[in-house]
Amino acid sequence: MNAPLLEVTDLGKRFGGFVALEGIQLSVTSGERVGLIGPNGSGKSTLVNCLCGTLRNDSGRVRFDGRDLKGLAAHQRTRLGMARSFQLPRPFGSLSIAANLRVPLLYTVKARAGRGFDESSIDARAADLLAMVGLADKGRRLPRDLSQVEMRKLELARAMAAEPKLLIADEAMAGLSHSEIDDILALLRRLSAEGITIILIEHIMRAVMSFSERLVVLVAGRKIADGPPDEVIRNPEVEKAYLGE
Amino acid sequence: MDLTADLLINATVAGLLLGGFYAAVTVGVSISFGMLDIVNIAHPAFIMLGAYAAFRLNDAFGMDPIVAGIVMLPIFFLMGAAVYGIYHVAFERRGQESLRGLAFFFGLLFVTEVALVLVYGVDYRFVQAPYIDAPPLRFGMIELPWRMLIPCVVALLTIGLLQIYLSRTFMGRAIAAVSQDPLALRLMAANPVRVKLVAFALSIATASISGSLLIMIQPVEPSMGRDFIGRIFAICVLGGMGSFPGTVLAAMLLGVVESITATIFGPSWSPAVAFGFLLLTLAVRPAGLLGR
Amino acid sequence: MNNRLFLVLALAIAVAVFVICRWFAIDYLFFAGYQILLYVVLATAWNILGGYTGYVNFGTAAFFAMGAYSSVALIKFFSGVALPIPLLMVAGGLVSGFVGLGMGYLTLRLRGVFFSIATLALAVVVQTLITNWDYVGGSRGAYTVRPMVAPIVGSYMQYLFLLMLSLAVAAIATARAIEHSELGYGFATIRDDEAAAEASGVPTLRLKLIATTLTGMFMGMAGAPYPYYVTYLDPASGFNLAFAVNSIAMPLIGGTTTWAGPLIGALLLGSVQQIATVSTVLGTHPEVNLLIVGLLLIAFVVAAPNGIVGFFQARLRQSRAA
Repeated sequence: MNAPLLEVTDLGKRFGGFVALEGIQLSVTSGERVGLIGPNGSGKSTLVNCLCGTLRNDSGRVRFDGRDLKGLAAHQRTRLGMARSFQLPRPFGSLSIAANLRVPLLYTVKARAGRGFDESSIDARAADLLAMVGLADKGRRLPRDLSQVEMRKLELARAMAAEPKLLIADEAMAGLSHSEIDDILALLRRLSAEGITIILIEHIMRAVMSFSERLVVLVAGRKIADGPPDEVIRNPEVEKAYLGE
Repeated sequence: MDLTADLLINATVAGLLLGGFYAAVTVGVSISFGMLDIVNIAHPAFIMLGAYAAFRLNDAFGMDPIVAGIVMLPIFFLMGAAVYGIYHVAFERRGQESLRGLAFFFGLLFVTEVALVLVYGVDYRFVQAPYIDAPPLRFGMIELPWRMLIPCVVALLTIGLLQIYLSRTFMGRAIAAVSQDPLALRLMAANPVRVKLVAFALSIATASISGSLLIMIQPVEPSMGRDFIGRIFAICVLGGMGSFPGTVLAAMLLGVVESITATIFGPSWSPAVAFGFLLLTLAVRPAGLLGR
Repeated sequence: MNNRLFLVLALAIAVAVFVICRWFAIDYLFFAGYQILLYVVLATAWNILGGYTGYVNFGTAAFFAMGAYSSVALIKFFSGVALPIPLLMVAGGLVSGFVGLGMGYLTLRLRGVFFSIATLALAVVVQTLITNWDYVGGSRGAYTVRPMVAPIVGSYMQYLFLLMLSLAVAAIATARAIEHSELGYGFATIRDDEAAAEASGVPTLRLKLIATTLTGMFMGMAGAPYPYYVTYLDPASGFNLAFAVNSIAMPLIGGTTTWAGPLIGALLLGSVQQIATVSTVLGTHPEVNLLIVGLLLIAFVVAAPNGIVGFFQARLRQSRAA
């Protein structure tokens, strides 16, 4: 049982002459809560994109649930159980909020289940998800009618609708108020309690510190620390990266 | 037919000269598409306008076509600014560039062609200038017709000037930077929208020159614009999008292949060459020859 | 309203239209009507790709002409045997559908604009190929003789009208069925945000290929009877720019998000153009026709991006909210 759910080996990605990621090693076991931090431009989003298939990594390997992900398109990775929320919410603007959730239910959950999938349950599942994020009464609205924090909740709900084993939350709390952050944190804790592995990418330190069992630090495309949050925070290199020389 | 070395060499030389011209035609799109990410498929329409403007001035005042191209520069610049203004307000701001922006430019391309047909008819128009029909320059077995040599030289000159502008002046460097990092640009006290406006206007201004060069090389009729779309985008992609040296290289390559194909198979196959290039490039190396 | 009911309703309307035209007994009605119905099919076909998924196809003329010229080639190859037009339509649909699939496979993995540019270049290349293909007449053109007796109904023109009417019903019914299906959701997500669609499990490449194939297929089927309609077909008329601009303008003006948009756009613009052709003032310059369509396209795209249907939908929403 102790084979890691996600295993990243020596991952590298360049954009022309610019090295975005180099030699990334990461191992996440099932059920873990991992925090990923790093200054702006350190490659966090690039890493997420490489893991999820939006970008193709130039070198290295990603194994998920025992499978090598090489060559798999993003939608295939989602179907395998890896879901992500986007840094800037990207809802489907012409679909209602409930319909936004139907998409992953139809294209991931139903596709995974194959025959014998109960189509009539889709509406109920969508309603459940909406309730979970507190958007139950807004099902018919369009995404543009939502507030910032509601959009982020929708973003998370959509990722959850794919019933993932691993959820990568990419800066889901940026720009939110204190209580809104607590809302999202509570949501994430609930998911973790249900057994979903979570990688939280954040700048908001108190959120990351309180949520993570393990902290990974990325600076200029390289991993410089990986361990229990208290230790990592006291690592001199990490201090240097955040506070300067 | 006899493929003599003589024929092949001259076809190659003609292709290189033609390539120089193609580079000038494409450089406008290198700016608008390569640097600004605006898919201006109507660029050939502006080139045709430039060609017909040169025709008018030449016909009415006997003006030399290159001079005509230079005289029309400010007008084309303003036209480009106006077009970008509409594009920005109607599409860029609303995030609708992909479908509607494209349709907009297609509409412009189409309306221009139809308008030209209505005003000038479908007959071929050409310009008169003393050096166009003068006997070609000869180097051994190589023939350099003036009507191809001069446009090539002027084209390369124009591209050179643009390159200097883009790398030495503030506005020029802002243009090169605007697609990569609009935020940094703002911090440098340059308004990205204004920079894009100047850049796009510049790209249309190049059409003024390219158009007058076109009508020097061959007589024009309104539907010719369509043949250039494939060529322009094939060169732009093959040349690595925003890179000027890449554009020149790709343009000359296309020119030579087109020229040799025309010599062997006949000129009616030329448009297919550009398309073949485009497909090949997109399938094999979308980053272009010198690109990332 | 479920799909079967809609189909029955559409067929009923189609039959009614046909009966009314017969009652008027003016041959020109069928001639002009065919043209309008042709545009209904082209606009609807275009919209399946352009409106639903957001990928712009500039090569309508190429797909249409491939359908027309595959008919010419087949008629010539089987000369002596009267090939039924429905068979030709299937052939045309297969050819154009296959080319659509092939081109999509090559270019749909890249950004949308490259696909669009490729379709633009495709139009030029297919025209070049056909102009150089002597078997189908090349630049000299090809003559097609209409049979003396028409199947089903009296005059051949009426038969062609009936065929195009059926194709229009099929195209609209298909578009509507897609719109209300799981496939339609997938298409909409591709249009709204392709990366997010992929992340949600939507197999975007496969869906785009389906859309491209359908578009090509319907356009090819629409082109197959054309040689019989015009009796003389040459590349200039087959690749007429009017097809490209109309198939884009009609959905954009009518409204791209639903099957009704291209229909409204085609009926409106198609009729306007027919009237303009017939009117003595504008009829002398057929290009004025196209100029008007082009200007309308630009005007609508800039000022009314959701088209006529979108305009009414917005009014409806406003009055409901009030």
